[in-house]
Amino acid sequence: MTKLGFYPGCSLTGSSREYNESILVISKAAGIELVEIPDWNCCGATAAHNLNHELSVSLPARNLALAELAEMEELVVPCAACYNRLVMTQHELNENESLLATVSEKLQYKLKNDIKILNVVQFLEKYILPQLDELVKKPLSEDVACYYGCLLVRPNKVMKDARFEDPMSMDLIMQKLGAKAIDWPFKTECCGAGFSVSKTEIVGELSGRIVRSAVDRGAKAIVVACPMCHSNLDMRRPAIESYLKRKVDIPVIYITQAIALAMGLTPKQAGLQRHFVPVNLSVTQN
Amino acid sequence: MSKIGVFICHCGENISATVDCGKVAEVAGKLEGVAYSTDYKYMCSDPGQTIIKQMIKEKGLDGVVVAACSPRMHEPTFRKACSEAGLNPYLCEMANLREHCSWVHDKSDATTQKAIDIVRTLVEKVKHNKPLSTIKVPVTKTALVIGGGIAGIQASLDIANAGHQVVLVEKEPSIGGHMSQLSETFPTLDCSQCILTPRMVEVAQHPNITLMTYAELEKLDGFIGNFKATIRKKAKSLDEKLCTGCGLCTTKCPTKKIPSEFNEGLGYRTAIYVPFPQAVPNKPVIDKANCSYYQKGKCKVCEKVCPTGAIRFDQEDELVELEVGAVVVATGFNVMTTSEFSEYGYGKYPDVITGLQFERLASASGPTLGEIRRPSDGKIPEKIVFIACAGSRDPAKGKPYCSKICCMYTAKHAMLYQHKVHHGESYVFYMDIRAAGKNYDEFTRRAIVEDKVNYLRGRVSKVYEENGKLIVKGVDTLLNAKPVEIEADMVVLASAGVANPGSEELAQKMHISYDAYNFFSEAHPKLKPVETNTAGIYLAGACQAPKDIPETVSQASGAAAKVAILFSQNELSREPVVAVVNRSAPPLYSTCVGCFMCATACPYNAIGEEEIKDRKGNVIKKVAKVNPGLCQGCGTCVAFCRSKSIDLDGYTNEQMYSEVMALLNE
Repeated sequence: MTKLGFYPGCSLTGSSREYNESILVISKAAGIELVEIPDWNCCGATAAHNLNHELSVSLPARNLALAELAEMEELVVPCAACYNRLVMTQHELNENESLLATVSEKLQYKLKNDIKILNVVQFLEKYILPQLDELVKKPLSEDVACYYGCLLVRPNKVMKDARFEDPMSMDLIMQKLGAKAIDWPFKTECCGAGFSVSKTEIVGELSGRIVRSAVDRGAKAIVVACPMCHSNLDMRRPAIESYLKRKVDIPVIYITQAIALAMGLTPKQAGLQRHFVPVNLSVTQN
Repeated sequence: MSKIGVFICHCGENISATVDCGKVAEVAGKLEGVAYSTDYKYMCSDPGQTIIKQMIKEKGLDGVVVAACSPRMHEPTFRKACSEAGLNPYLCEMANLREHCSWVHDKSDATTQKAIDIVRTLVEKVKHNKPLSTIKVPVTKTALVIGGGIAGIQASLDIANAGHQVVLVEKEPSIGGHMSQLSETFPTLDCSQCILTPRMVEVAQHPNITLMTYAELEKLDGFIGNFKATIRKKAKSLDEKLCTGCGLCTTKCPTKKIPSEFNEGLGYRTAIYVPFPQAVPNKPVIDKANCSYYQKGKCKVCEKVCPTGAIRFDQEDELVELEVGAVVVATGFNVMTTSEFSEYGYGKYPDVITGLQFERLASASGPTLGEIRRPSDGKIPEKIVFIACAGSRDPAKGKPYCSKICCMYTAKHAMLYQHKVHHGESYVFYMDIRAAGKNYDEFTRRAIVEDKVNYLRGRVSKVYEENGKLIVKGVDTLLNAKPVEIEADMVVLASAGVANPGSEELAQKMHISYDAYNFFSEAHPKLKPVETNTAGIYLAGACQAPKDIPETVSQASGAAAKVAILFSQNELSREPVVAVVNRSAPPLYSTCVGCFMCATACPYNAIGEEEIKDRKGNVIKKVAKVNPGLCQGCGTCVAFCRSKSIDLDGYTNEQMYSEVMALLNE
């Protein structure tokens, strides 16, 4: 059984438990064990890097250090924001020796800083995709809109995705599951992110435009890989509908949930019951 | 005992800001063999040179060291001054205190000490310098012009009109270049074809110009005045003498859906084709990659319909060797394609086009006969957005430079659109309006004020398609900086000017330098803008950097003048820095044993055999002989020679060792 390091972050233990449940259930089915970093802490999120640069690097660095101490070679980080903070920290510490020295001093540990950090799409491409032909029992059939959000492929100078304005990685996975990934222009548009709490009407507008574009182009579901995106597109549906001045019932699912469904797992195993917008796809019918 | 003069230059403050020039002169004056030393603010100026000349005469100097800038910059200047004072110019050396010392170090005692050391080594070298005489080589008074756009056309006509022979080589089937694709030209809006085509005809008819179209430079050997160029004339599959240019073949060719290069993919051409009706020469070529006969072995329709039997399917590429004295490189530029713009749809939206494509839409000879119609459905766009600086001044796109021509042509495009579609709306997103040039700013103002083009200062972050419209998301950074969204029917990218594909390879073939963006480098950014670092090779037009027509034509005439200056001489003086095989008294005659390792190592094929004969004519020994006309003084043979029988005049082993020893024996 392949063992990989795992950093869930706060969202996966709270508002996006279903993301956690679905990634664990598909990993298990694929013979992969995800081992949590012992005693992991907050990645610093938006708050830290807006207020204190050193802290914003030190918090993720502690997690990287703990992962190194646990002898993890690869670390799976499903939350796009956590992933971004961890990858940016690794990048910055590799570029900046004096910062590395300061952080090592704080941690009382000299980081090797060479752990391979995988976001959910990279994890799926490397470990799930090769087995997908065998694992898919109930292929999807709908048109779906893959929504990458802002953090999965940015910043480009670090992520180096050749198609960062129009990424295709999730689209290719969804096609493997039998779905048709539509060509649409909002793949990497901002959903409103943290304004969810402070200025919900802005999220209503920004997420509303994303949802409208997906619906108008015939998508039957929006597929995401970020807890923030999910909560804005799903939980903020009332704000979205008030901006759009119409009802929209398109469901928003995590790419890991889509895989779970295609593997023939039940909607409950995939955690679909935790969504605000009910998920009705052909695979959830029978 | 030598009598060497040392002259330390301050180079304004370039050297004196970090080096104590007075001290260098003082220490140099005490070196063994130095008879005189001094420092001066500008040694290269007239008073500076006068000091050197006076001291040569007054002190009877037999060697001079000028400690100043790089010898690349002023060695000829100072050697000429020495020569005027009666000293052999090759007894003058330069110590490079600027590039090698003052520019790269901070002010300190160590910096001054390094300057002293540099001077010391050169003093030791000069002690071993010998008087040399320049080598005379003949000049072949034929110029090779590479590229038949407006730059190559202008250079060819100027050189030809000065009475010299020109061979103009163009890789496409017709000359004319990008200028022939343009609709109207700024800032006068005169028709590009109307001013260009007469010049194209003039080239074809000029008795001094040999035109080779569909041809490329294969190889270039030799040196200034004496180049040997090999030209590949690609097979046109046509007997040009028999072809009358009737065009019947092009109308009957069944392969009709090949995107036309001339129309930037907005129209089609056939496999046997003339790029455009006004082409020079107006005779077709067969594009083998798209021809049914060459690809599938069947068709030959053109051969059947040709009334003069001019089609030659078995024609092969021909290699032509030319002797030329000078080369003008005028290979032009290209523009970034829409597929390089991820944020504007990776080229997937047919109505997002480049400025060059817009030229074809606006041109009377274009696919829409000059009506502005969008490529997707042929409708007349009601709203057009022009995006300036698409790629240019954008380090993220790898093009931090300004493409220089886009501000003007974007204003022109918007103007042409407003003139042709009166009810249309046009928007220009720009960073800055750079309209420096005679009547240029007035032109952009006219677009804004008279033609009511809406100029928005800001960038466009994204273009996407929705319900048949292109949604342009940008920002207006002036007055309240607000996001702007425009539903456009067509978007025109003023995409960055880039070097032509293959530029790097061509530069390497000619041994000329090129910059990080593959534009060819001039020898000096200010004072030698048309020369390259290789003597006898000149630049004209946008192969050096993006530039507009007036500037291109000026530079082409400048390059032509340089060629005419070169050709005004019957022979050239070359630096006598060449390798020499030693000779000694009998019975040895030379230490050369005739192994000819040097000949295999020589990159210029400059080494041949020489037979040493006795008085009766019997061959005593075969030794290597360097042809001074071909030798470029690279020194490779010197390093290869096992018996140390070759030395490089001006840079002998003795001179080099004495420089090194000067440093070691401090």
